[in-house]
Amino acid sequence: MKEKLQDILQAAKEQLGAAVDARALDEARVRFLGKKGELTALLKGMKDVAEEERPVVGQLINDVRAEIEKTIDKQKEVVEQAALRHKLESETIDVTLPGEPLVIGKKHPLSTVLDEFKDIFLGLGFSIAEGPEVELDHYNFEALNIPRDHPARDTQDTFYISDNVVLRTQTSPMQVRTMEKKKPPIRIIAPGRVYRSDAVDATHSPLFHQIEGLVVDKGIRMSDLKGILALFAKKLYGEDTVVRFRPHHFPFTEPSAEMDIQCYRCHGEGCPLCKGEGWIEILGCGMVHPKVLEMSGIDPEEYAGYAFGIGLERMVMGRFKIDDIRLFYENDVRFLHQF
Amino acid sequence: MKLPLFWLSDYTDITGVTPKEYDARLTMTGSKVEEVYNLGAEIENVVVGRVTEMTRHPNSDHMWICQIDVGDEVTQICTGAWNVHVGDLLPVAKHKSTLPGGVKITRGKLRGEVSNGMLCSLGELQLDTHNAPYAVIKAAAILNDYHSLKEQQPSLPAELTAGYKLYGETRCAKVLSVTTAAYGQYALTVDCGAGETALTTDCANIHEGDFIAVDTGKNTVCTPADLRAQQAEFPHCIENGIFILNEDCKPGDDIRKVLGLDEWVADFEITSNRPDCLSVIGLARETAAAFDRPFCVKEPVVRGSGDDIGRYLSVEVRDADLCPRYTARLVKNIRIEPSPAWMRQRLHAAGVRPINNIVDITNYVMLEYGQPMHAFDYACLTDGKLVVRRARDGEFIQTLDGVDHMLSGSMLAICDKDKPVAVAGVMGGANSEITGSTQTVVFESANFHGATVRVTAKALGMRTEASGRFEKGLDPRMTRDAVERACELVELLGAGEVVNGVIDVDNADAAPKRLPFEPEKMNALLGLDLPDSEQQKLLEKLGFAVEGGKVVVPSFRTDIDRMCDLAEEVARMYGYDKIPTTLYAGEMVQGELSAKQQAECAAALVCREAGFDEAMSHSFISPKCYDMIGWDADDPRRISTTIRNPLGEDFSIMRTTVLPSMLDNLAHNNAHRNPTASLFELGTVYTPAVRDGKADPDVLPREEKVLTLGSYGRLSFFQLKGVIEALGRELHLKPLQFVQQTENPSYHPGRCATVLADGKELGVFGTVHPLIAARYGLGGEVLAAELRMNALFDAIDGEKRYRPLPKFPASTRDIAVLVDDSVPAAAMQASIQKAGGAILEEVRLFDVYKGKGIPAGKKSVAYSLSLRAADRTLTDGECDKAMKDAIAALEKEFGAVLRG
Repeated sequence: MKEKLQDILQAAKEQLGAAVDARALDEARVRFLGKKGELTALLKGMKDVAEEERPVVGQLINDVRAEIEKTIDKQKEVVEQAALRHKLESETIDVTLPGEPLVIGKKHPLSTVLDEFKDIFLGLGFSIAEGPEVELDHYNFEALNIPRDHPARDTQDTFYISDNVVLRTQTSPMQVRTMEKKKPPIRIIAPGRVYRSDAVDATHSPLFHQIEGLVVDKGIRMSDLKGILALFAKKLYGEDTVVRFRPHHFPFTEPSAEMDIQCYRCHGEGCPLCKGEGWIEILGCGMVHPKVLEMSGIDPEEYAGYAFGIGLERMVMGRFKIDDIRLFYENDVRFLHQF
Repeated sequence: MKLPLFWLSDYTDITGVTPKEYDARLTMTGSKVEEVYNLGAEIENVVVGRVTEMTRHPNSDHMWICQIDVGDEVTQICTGAWNVHVGDLLPVAKHKSTLPGGVKITRGKLRGEVSNGMLCSLGELQLDTHNAPYAVIKAAAILNDYHSLKEQQPSLPAELTAGYKLYGETRCAKVLSVTTAAYGQYALTVDCGAGETALTTDCANIHEGDFIAVDTGKNTVCTPADLRAQQAEFPHCIENGIFILNEDCKPGDDIRKVLGLDEWVADFEITSNRPDCLSVIGLARETAAAFDRPFCVKEPVVRGSGDDIGRYLSVEVRDADLCPRYTARLVKNIRIEPSPAWMRQRLHAAGVRPINNIVDITNYVMLEYGQPMHAFDYACLTDGKLVVRRARDGEFIQTLDGVDHMLSGSMLAICDKDKPVAVAGVMGGANSEITGSTQTVVFESANFHGATVRVTAKALGMRTEASGRFEKGLDPRMTRDAVERACELVELLGAGEVVNGVIDVDNADAAPKRLPFEPEKMNALLGLDLPDSEQQKLLEKLGFAVEGGKVVVPSFRTDIDRMCDLAEEVARMYGYDKIPTTLYAGEMVQGELSAKQQAECAAALVCREAGFDEAMSHSFISPKCYDMIGWDADDPRRISTTIRNPLGEDFSIMRTTVLPSMLDNLAHNNAHRNPTASLFELGTVYTPAVRDGKADPDVLPREEKVLTLGSYGRLSFFQLKGVIEALGRELHLKPLQFVQQTENPSYHPGRCATVLADGKELGVFGTVHPLIAARYGLGGEVLAAELRMNALFDAIDGEKRYRPLPKFPASTRDIAVLVDDSVPAAAMQASIQKAGGAILEEVRLFDVYKGKGIPAGKKSVAYSLSLRAADRTLTDGECDKAMKDAIAALEKEFGAVLRG
């Protein structure tokens, strides 16, 4: 009996060990443990075993059954793992094949930089003002201390709609429009399109963008203007940006200045990018002229203010090393997709 | 303004300042230097040489081999020029030298003979005879250079002989010797066939052995012109050649030093408020202040030659408002000749061409003082009278440049008794121009009203150096000094005799402007803390004075009007870079985007997420664009704000639609073979106020943004519709409706929809009409959408409502019906929704089918209905009833038949 059991166990282990899939495993299970299986047959033969040996033999049979079941479980795991391995192998792909394109549109490069600009100034407590591009001569010139037949009008070749209506040549009319509507404290930036009658070439466009800034409050000083613009330059061009303020003239600010940043390529040594000057002109600025405050209904004895104006295209061209301003308005997707 | 730095030494001292330092300091004190350059920067290794020996080139009929003493050696140079003689001093470009324009000169062989460089002409040094008037070259007709134009009938025999009669008393003569008598003067001995004759000539191209033509009657040498010959007959007898120097110099000297080219020039960008800096004196003042150096202008001194101007000239200023001051002096016995080298060199360095002494003096004074001057030929002034008055309408003048002008009553003219002789402040008249025969000159030094000069110059289309200065508003105080300086120079140059007396009609306010001295306010404006004394010192450097609590403004500072102007003076002299950087806290102001700006950002984000790139296009378009997009000729949207002075028709009107710009953008991409492009633009359109069927140019148009999308090669109609629906969701718009639109001429009549929210129109989208797409060179399906941003904004349903997630399961039932093909799906859906009642949670169309098994003119439409109640699980009965109601509604409203 014992030998028989040992043989069955031996045979079961052999057969199970050779089973490579679920079907073979099942066949082995049926052969040994099934209703007509060999172990079951032995169990049925218990009646022929002497009464006093039965518990021992029963125990033996149960041990063998347990052993076989354990072997089945073990082998099942082996088979399953092999099957999984096989499945995974068969599912292997070439991961270097290209991805399915997910098309997400791009911001226009002018918007990209303008949005950074807006974020910086929103963070500094500025709001964003908007105003008309087709503008009254009054706001574009007169109220900015540029009367008719003032030579400063020559520096901005103007598109006229009528004697009194122009395409704005600068965003500065937004200074006046804002001050007329709102009492100080005022803190705005006003980005927008401006127009000058320049023929189109690589560096000139009859249409471009400016960003105007205006702060009016009690006790505003020129040092505050320097402070905020230096801060802005560092945020936009990096912490180690060096700026300088240079006296200049604008009819609607006094004192007036231009802000240069030290050339980021040559660090002030002079190179072709900065035309040998070591500095790159970034913006014009100054303290709001008291005449402009007066014309806008604000008492210059009580309030002071500063203003600045930046050309967006030139800033973006410098930033991305774009060499032709026309690209901004052609909207070639090969261009737009680069930003 | 080009400032020769060496000119500054008349008024201040910049010893020890390098050009680079000068540039940096002046720029930082407010006079922006565009560029500092050396006049002779491009000239290198060019020296003075003296000709020691000349021989004819053995292999050339027109070249000479010269031995040249260049100081440290004698070197051989070949030249084709004929105006060179032994003893001449001339510019020599040695081996390895450079000339203006980057020309490099090296040793070489010319027809077998070594040439160690090149002898230079004026032109090769980028100069002309205005820079060196003495160097005009006159050429004799050298008969051995004769080339007959008619081979059969030469005017000269092949073999020339001395004494051969050319015509009349003109004989062929053989040159026996040539010596230079004085600069440009040559003593010849010639054989005219009757022995030796001596004569002198200023023709520079004659050498021993030449045959020349001599008029034996006058004893003069004939030029080709004298012989009535054409230049081509004497190809080498030209009025051009080597620049023979007449300067104080010796062999080996650097030519840059000799010709005043070894000098630095600073080119300033002078802003329109500082006409006083358009002068050497003005910039010298700024220079002295910037470097803390002394500054002094000598008062001009005129000796005078007696006589009295009153005997000659009277000046009447009738329109004093336009001419605050008119100053004049008279110079008689004028000798017109070239100016001396120092004056020519200063003018040349300042970018002004030397002409003659009188013209040069007026230009010199304008550069020095900033005061434009004019010189009249006194003989041309009827009755010796000058009247300053407004021109009469239609009055005529021909200006110095030879152009005829009709004047008008708004212009100021300088007239004699009868006629205008100058347009005040713009240009003189041809009728009183200085000529070689002028005897007596009137110098005008006047002050004119800036705006009038500007308007006049613009109206006549002639912006001149003078008008550009006057229009900025000049100092009336300087007219007298300027005219005195001109007369001083006349005496210095010996150009004429200055008549005693000055005519000075002065209606200008001579009292200097006084402003309150407010150091505290200036400190407060600048964010500085400068003591009063320091501020005063800084102002005084620039010519201001502080007296009794007032700042006295110098007359030349016409730009200074109030405290802030003075503050800028203090700030720039103190140094902008020394003003601290502060951050004014002030009252807290919240920085945020307006609701509209946020909506625009959200809309742009949806477009980008849907794969549309942001575009920006020009706001001005051509009127033809409206034809391109198929608008009717009388479409009111064609009325556009029109630019009066456009760059061209293509940029002439402000767009009332972004669609043509968008189609242009797509066309550009397609033309550049980009297989697909999807673009959006938040573009502004300009809707004018209409008056008499036209855009009213005096009223500002309404400006509004239109979200415009365009796409080819990627999307279908329904994908674009999906983008618009996504916009509706992301912007939280009220529910959108889409209505078939067959009338929009820009779109496919069967594939276009109007978008509405709450019954209000938001815009339109669809497939661009294939004929219109074809006009832009676009094939395939081109899609576009135009949504008015304001309408989108108004359709925002601001409130975001939470609905609890369902606790009870939904039942899903499908129905399919047959209906007429023309029944719109949206209407059926609405009908189901209504009939289904409260428990009908969602209706979703999942199939539309036409074709096999469906009768012609019909379609099968299938919907999936989701039924749910919030508080219980629905019974089958409830669901069945809702379905029955929905089917009944479809049958009743659309004649639908339920499909098995």
